[in-house]
Amino acid sequence: MVDSPNLLSMKGITKSFPGVIALEDVDFSLRKGEVHGLVGENGAGKSTLIKVLTGVEHPDAGSIELEGKLVQVRSPQHSQEIGISTVYQEVNLCTNISVAENIMLGHEPHRFGSIDWKKMNVLATQAMKRLDTDIDVARPLENYSLAIQQMVAIARSLEIASAKILILDEPTSSLDVNETNLLFDVVRKLKDQGHGIIFITHFLDQVYRIADRITVLRNGKLVGTYETASLPRIELIAKMLGRTITELDAVTKSKVEHEQKESGERVLEAKGLGLKGSLEPVDLELGVNEVLGLAGLLGSGRTEVANLLFGIDKPDSGSLTLKGKKIERFSPLESLKNGIALCPEDRKAEGIIGDLTIRENIILALQAHYGWFKFLSPEKQSEIAQKYIQLLGIVTPSPEQLASNLSGGNQQKLILARWLATNPQVLILDEPTRGIDVGAKAEIQKLVLDLADEGKSCVFISSELEEVLRISHRVVVMRDHKKAAEYSGNVDEQTIIQTMAGNL
Amino acid sequence: MAQRIKVFLLGYGPLLTTIVVFILAFLAGGWLYPAMKNPQVFFNLFINGGSLLLVSIGMTLVILTKGIDLSVGGVIAMTTAASAALLRAGVSPFVVMPLMVIMGVVFGFTLGCIIQFLKVQPFIATLMGLFFARGMAYIISLEAVTIRDSFYKSLALTPLHLPFVNAYVYIPTLVGPFMLLVAIYLTYFTRFGRTIYAIGNNEQSAMLMGLPVARTKIAVYSFSGLCSALAGIVFSISLLAGYGQFATGMELDAIASVVIGGTSLFGGIGSVIGTPFGVLINQTIVSILQFNGTLSSWWTRIGVGLLTLIFIGIQSVFYARRKYG
Amino acid sequence: MKKSSLFNRIRESRLFLPLGALVLILIFDALYSPGFFKLGILEDPVYGNHLYGNLVDVLNDGAPLMLVAIGMTLVIATGGIDLSVGAVIAISGAMGAVLINPSLGNQLVSNAITAKNATNTPLPIIVLAGLAAGTLCGLWNGFLVTRAKIQPIVATLVLMVAGRGIAQLITNGQIMTIYYTPYFWFGNGFILGLPVSIYIVLAVAILAWVLVRKTSIGLFLESVGINARSSYYSGINEQNVKLFAYTLCGLCGAIAGLILSSYIHSEDANNIGLNYELDAILAVVMGGTSLAGGRFSIFASIIGAIVIWTFTLTVYTLGVPANALLAAKAVLVMVVILLYSEYFRLFLNRLSERRAVRPEVQKGAESGTAN
Repeated sequence: MVDSPNLLSMKGITKSFPGVIALEDVDFSLRKGEVHGLVGENGAGKSTLIKVLTGVEHPDAGSIELEGKLVQVRSPQHSQEIGISTVYQEVNLCTNISVAENIMLGHEPHRFGSIDWKKMNVLATQAMKRLDTDIDVARPLENYSLAIQQMVAIARSLEIASAKILILDEPTSSLDVNETNLLFDVVRKLKDQGHGIIFITHFLDQVYRIADRITVLRNGKLVGTYETASLPRIELIAKMLGRTITELDAVTKSKVEHEQKESGERVLEAKGLGLKGSLEPVDLELGVNEVLGLAGLLGSGRTEVANLLFGIDKPDSGSLTLKGKKIERFSPLESLKNGIALCPEDRKAEGIIGDLTIRENIILALQAHYGWFKFLSPEKQSEIAQKYIQLLGIVTPSPEQLASNLSGGNQQKLILARWLATNPQVLILDEPTRGIDVGAKAEIQKLVLDLADEGKSCVFISSELEEVLRISHRVVVMRDHKKAAEYSGNVDEQTIIQTMAGNL
Repeated sequence: MAQRIKVFLLGYGPLLTTIVVFILAFLAGGWLYPAMKNPQVFFNLFINGGSLLLVSIGMTLVILTKGIDLSVGGVIAMTTAASAALLRAGVSPFVVMPLMVIMGVVFGFTLGCIIQFLKVQPFIATLMGLFFARGMAYIISLEAVTIRDSFYKSLALTPLHLPFVNAYVYIPTLVGPFMLLVAIYLTYFTRFGRTIYAIGNNEQSAMLMGLPVARTKIAVYSFSGLCSALAGIVFSISLLAGYGQFATGMELDAIASVVIGGTSLFGGIGSVIGTPFGVLINQTIVSILQFNGTLSSWWTRIGVGLLTLIFIGIQSVFYARRKYG
Repeated sequence: MKKSSLFNRIRESRLFLPLGALVLILIFDALYSPGFFKLGILEDPVYGNHLYGNLVDVLNDGAPLMLVAIGMTLVIATGGIDLSVGAVIAISGAMGAVLINPSLGNQLVSNAITAKNATNTPLPIIVLAGLAAGTLCGLWNGFLVTRAKIQPIVATLVLMVAGRGIAQLITNGQIMTIYYTPYFWFGNGFILGLPVSIYIVLAVAILAWVLVRKTSIGLFLESVGINARSSYYSGINEQNVKLFAYTLCGLCGAIAGLILSSYIHSEDANNIGLNYELDAILAVVMGGTSLAGGRFSIFASIIGAIVIWTFTLTVYTLGVPANALLAAKAVLVMVVILLYSEYFRLFLNRLSERRAVRPEVQKGAESGTAN
């Protein structure tokens, strides 16, 4: 095997933000004519690494070498100038102007001081042809599918930026099978031409199809870089989750022993519930006194399930029944009235109301339930707030502090408090223990089990298999936006991981 | 074939609607009031709508970037007042006019900087700009000031007879169509113009694409200031006076003309080509009401307001369908 | 432990800026126009004995602005704005004037009849009609913003201009002089020596305060203004919350119109309430409510309105006419906005930093999300 020189060499990259170390001493290299997959779960540090490479962030330590030469990437513009280009998941082009303009804007050919449209279209058509795509470049970008739009983004990188390194950030998330195949054909072609391609994705089969090497990150640290051919999938997943194979075999779940009260009464029943483009129709059942765990890799469709159950999205197929009654209207307020609660995944954008006090945040949903005129008195509010501050151990000098002053973990607890205060029948928790310290994690897990004992039901979504298994009575595994399997709570981690890997 | 027609309609739908509405409105006027069939009436639309056309052109570019400029009426008033005062003090019109233009550009430039660097929302910044400019006009002179300068007078009163038609316009009337051509050139043949469209569609993307977003936005507001100043000059010639109370409410007329002309308030969609038709519709309504004689001019305001809302509605139908997926 | 002294608490309170400004202006008045603070008792045959003087005028004249500021506060709290308040004043005043008019319609009547101290419609109906008209305007604005999803600036701009046209329509283009004396009471009357308008303002302010602080509406208004998405996820019906704000703003504008047209004994659809929207925005901004939405204080906005009116009055007594004042007010709003704006502070910090050391290019503390 010819020792091809490294196109890119990142050594010892460290980057931290207030309160969190995003990257710690990470190495990453890219060869000429290579497709290099970058994988890792949430919080692994993938996007920070890319931001450092493209000049959006500056590393605290470490070096970047491009074709053997040391470089300091100052800004996104600069990164483009030195030949590093990114195609984002949302494409980041302008849909109202033509394909040709999207490719050439900023560097259009001019004639007598004005834009030479004819020449621009010719150049653009050629650029697209080089990517095996033959389209009318004069039409607005929005007329084309996302797959084509990505091609246009790639074409722009090659044309304008003469990119040597192309970073594809979750490019296939919104593509169907055919479009993904087309993209991969283009990627292979570029690879043959000597470009270096960094491929970030959470679709593991795709990594195996296209990548020559795989780098795994976890919690900001480098787990390792491997040749794809010599890394079995099960081992990859193990590394992503932080287990060794032997550990997996030996793991005995330290499940809190408890008796599930036998009642058999079904609380929530979803039949064929689905939404085009978001979730394939699923069947789910939730009983009283039950904790249903929802496992799966990032992007497998877990949050989509939660959003449908809570009414943020309206399903276009199937039905949802609560205690025998079919749910007709889907909205957060309706769900609240029905007794369904959701702690959303993105606590900043969908949960915390930063400039309101902790007390106000806690009683907000409850107050929304009571409506405009049945106002909780300040005393009652303080009482409720104190109760949950203590119950969940929210660290704050006073309930009158602004919610934005809380640490991430405490903010999570705050949202949990808000929904617990509404005394819901069904509590859906989407990554509730992310960013929370170990002690608090255990508290929340115990709390969930206690709720189940009291006669409530819980849907528990988490990336941490250990905790899912510890507290769930049953586990549903999601993969690729559909339900892959359903197991009893006694299932072992191995089985789940195999299911996530698609082996079962 | 049907597919191609559909694509064409979707692409140019709003513009076509506007043109059709204008033709219908004008024909309706002619049918109701035969006196309106005189070709001069058509050209009067351009004469009377000269200032409106100018500010609407500037407004179109601003709205294309997803911004808004509420200061246009104030800048017109300020320009007329300053012009009148300077002319009265004996300054040559050939100094006054360029000076006003410079003032308009500087004003727009300042607003653009406030919006871009101090991150103040366009509507608030330009709203304050409106009140500031109008206030300045009143500070210059509380009462209307007559313009007696001979050059201004000759511009105001010398008719230009048009070939083939028994009609005439005035020299200031030509400024609007001229700036229209300039704007068409800018938006369709320069990087500046295409960047405007990109910014209006997705400012983030435009930045990531490496386009000079800050510079372009400031330039757009400066251009709007330029157009407002030109409109002010035309206004002061038409009325041969300068007064702080001039052009009140012209902001809405300009926005209305832009919206009716097919440009969306959400940015990135539309064209300056439709704007003159929006202005023509506005002026047609005014004309019809004048010919009617009994209905009052404030029906114009109500009519324009309603039309704006209707066209916003039409646009949302056309533009919503365009979104892929 | 008493850590923060009284002075510090005052300084940090939201009321500091408006109260401080008010004190400054009053000091200026005390120094430069000695007659400003004169207060006397006037024996008025029509309205009874009452207080008389500049300070009373401030309260009386400023009442419509205070009312509009109350409504505007709620709208701004949701992150919106209402430019149509002046037009609403015109419409409600027009309703009143027209309904009073003893010679209804276009009939040519002698001056004797029009100038008669009588009304075509009973006073309560007149008041109700004006209020209803204003409330309808508010509903209209709210509907455009929440259901038709039109930006607040554009939606209310339409009514701002078209509304004057509607008012003209109602008054048939005439400037209507009102002769019906009981109508004058709202703007000119006195109860217990103080102007009636103040009592109205107090009543509305208290009502508004009760509505927003003794129910959950205030909390929801702030929540929606700060983070509409999280509020929606928490089960708040943000559309109805916004609708409420715009409707109440319309109602406040209507009451202001009633007082104003009563005060000046006439209704000029073109000019009544002119530029009130600027003053109202300034009042709200002075009171510390952010234009981006969120926390608000009705009381602070009222003080802000008083500040503006005192400022205006002071300038009047110095001989400068209102229109010229426009420019100064615009600058004032910009300055206040910038003072409160975080970006501006960051901008100033960056400017001073650049002079001190050449720091490494900071990508800002905002990009603190690790993934």
